[in-house]
Amino acid sequence: MIRFLFGRLAQALATTLVAIVVVFIAIRTLPTNPVLARAGRHAVPEQIQAEMARQGWDRPLLVQAGDFLQQLILHGELGDSFFIPAESVGEGLWRTFPATIELALAALLLAIPIGVMVGIAAAVWRNRPPDYLCMTGSLLGVSVPVFFLGICLIMVFTHLPTGRRMPFGVNYTSHTGFIVIESIFEGRLNVTAAALCHLYLPALALSSIPMAVIARITRSSMLEVLSADYVRTARAKGASLWRVVMRHALPNASIPVANIAGLQIGFLLGGAVLTETVFDWPGLGRHLVTAVQKSDYNVVQGCTLLIAVLFVSINLMLDVVYVWLDPRVGGVSEDGQ
Amino acid sequence: MNEAPSHSRAWRRFRRSRSAWIGASLVGLFVFAAIAAEFVAPYAPQGAEGRSGAALARPSADHWLGTDLDEYDVFSRMVHGSRLSLLAGIVSVSIAIAIGGPAGAVAGYFGGWTDTLVMRAIDVLLTFPGILVAMLVVVSIGPSWEGVMLAVGLINIPVFCRQVRATVLTVRNLEYVDAARAVGASTPYILTRVIFPSLINPIVVLGTLGLGTAILEVAGLSFLGVAGEMDAAEWGSMLSEAKDHLSTTIWPAVAPGVAISLTVVGFNLLGDGLRDALDPHLEGK
Repeated sequence: MIRFLFGRLAQALATTLVAIVVVFIAIRTLPTNPVLARAGRHAVPEQIQAEMARQGWDRPLLVQAGDFLQQLILHGELGDSFFIPAESVGEGLWRTFPATIELALAALLLAIPIGVMVGIAAAVWRNRPPDYLCMTGSLLGVSVPVFFLGICLIMVFTHLPTGRRMPFGVNYTSHTGFIVIESIFEGRLNVTAAALCHLYLPALALSSIPMAVIARITRSSMLEVLSADYVRTARAKGASLWRVVMRHALPNASIPVANIAGLQIGFLLGGAVLTETVFDWPGLGRHLVTAVQKSDYNVVQGCTLLIAVLFVSINLMLDVVYVWLDPRVGGVSEDGQ
Repeated sequence: MNEAPSHSRAWRRFRRSRSAWIGASLVGLFVFAAIAAEFVAPYAPQGAEGRSGAALARPSADHWLGTDLDEYDVFSRMVHGSRLSLLAGIVSVSIAIAIGGPAGAVAGYFGGWTDTLVMRAIDVLLTFPGILVAMLVVVSIGPSWEGVMLAVGLINIPVFCRQVRATVLTVRNLEYVDAARAVGASTPYILTRVIFPSLINPIVVLGTLGLGTAILEVAGLSFLGVAGEMDAAEWGSMLSEAKDHLSTTIWPAVAPGVAISLTVVGFNLLGDGLRDALDPHLEGK
């Protein structure tokens, strides 16, 4: 078990490192560069050269990559943004990251309970209207692009705000960036309500895919468990349908559901890029898209580093939880994945 | 594993499935639109001759779905958009199969360090959410449609690589493969002639489902605007442009959105139907 965990940890670190270096080199092979983007069409080649040299961007790629890793590991430094002079890359991440986490968590909080309930209903009433509704809904959930769903929600819920995390009138300074959670702790519930209004539509759009996937998995997992002998025994002993579902079937059906729900956290980060663009949500995804469009090297590196670390550590945690839930997994060789 | 179902039996199973038929019809509809776009669409989707003279007009007898910001007929652009979306889907899935398939087969067949190397490369690809990888790839090779197709192909490699590897792992030690080895067949012969037939069904199923995913990803990338400035009729960029004018008219956004959704629904239903037909083990699930 310990060996398995260390092996997975080492492997996760190695993949992250390789991925970071690949991104580092890829972003520097762009046809454009930040200096050129800022100077515009009337740039003087000598000035461009001088600025590139000043930033150290004219050195060989591997030297730059080594320098970046050294700065990062020894000093925890990510450098400065080229286009937002007053803000270091770290500050930019700190400004945008909580918004994305709040959005992703809200989406998950919508997706898991609704998805599980819909899945149970579909399994219990198999081949009856609730089942058809669930299957159609989950098919649409994975097929309708999240950005189109977002646009539909904006069209339908015209009275709900979009575009920022808070209305203009509310005067509230957040210390952590997690507006909803922080305002609840401070007891300023009017701020919480305002923030939730802004959060609702983006979270609903983002939750569509995980909700659909969770509903499907719950349904098939429940169907399998409901046909098991012990469920029939429980029914034969006179337990009511709902008692059997809740006490006997659901706990056993929930292992694959937990696994899939965990995997969805990672995909939420990808979906957040599109959702944030539709709703003008000031999160990490939009920060990254803007930085990519301007080829702001350091910001792109910082964002991708954070996302990679997050993504890999979530997967690592899931592996651990999975081994804990189902000890057979730990002993299986890598072919078992 | 039982013997592979004969094609007539698979076809009979497929024919009985209503959802598979709905999927096939939806896909057929958009394939037809793509092929016959010139005849179906009443106006040109781009260029000077397509401009109607009225921007963001409401639906009318002349323009069934109204016009967009650039005065183009929304219906015509939607019909022409199926061309680029389907093409991008097919090209990128082909790229993913062409790279992921052989890599997975080699990894599964030889095992050892070859397997480790391939699977670690896949892990690196999976360090980021796919759409981010695609975005970085497109901008680093220069914004273009070719770039988008290549990028979407790249992020779909793991799907095919893993499936092919898993299938090869299950069949490589079966008796008929051992028998081929025993009579002295070469490794390339075993991979391409003996093992390959058992890979066709999973690749067909995953490829069909993958087309839906790829079309979503292509539209997502062009919606983000990383594919560069383009006036070609394409669903993702149509949506991106239309989202700023929803208060004037919703049709320039609804038309491409519904088109993407229906195409993807079609490929998903068709893929599920093919899986049920080709893989009897999954029947009834």
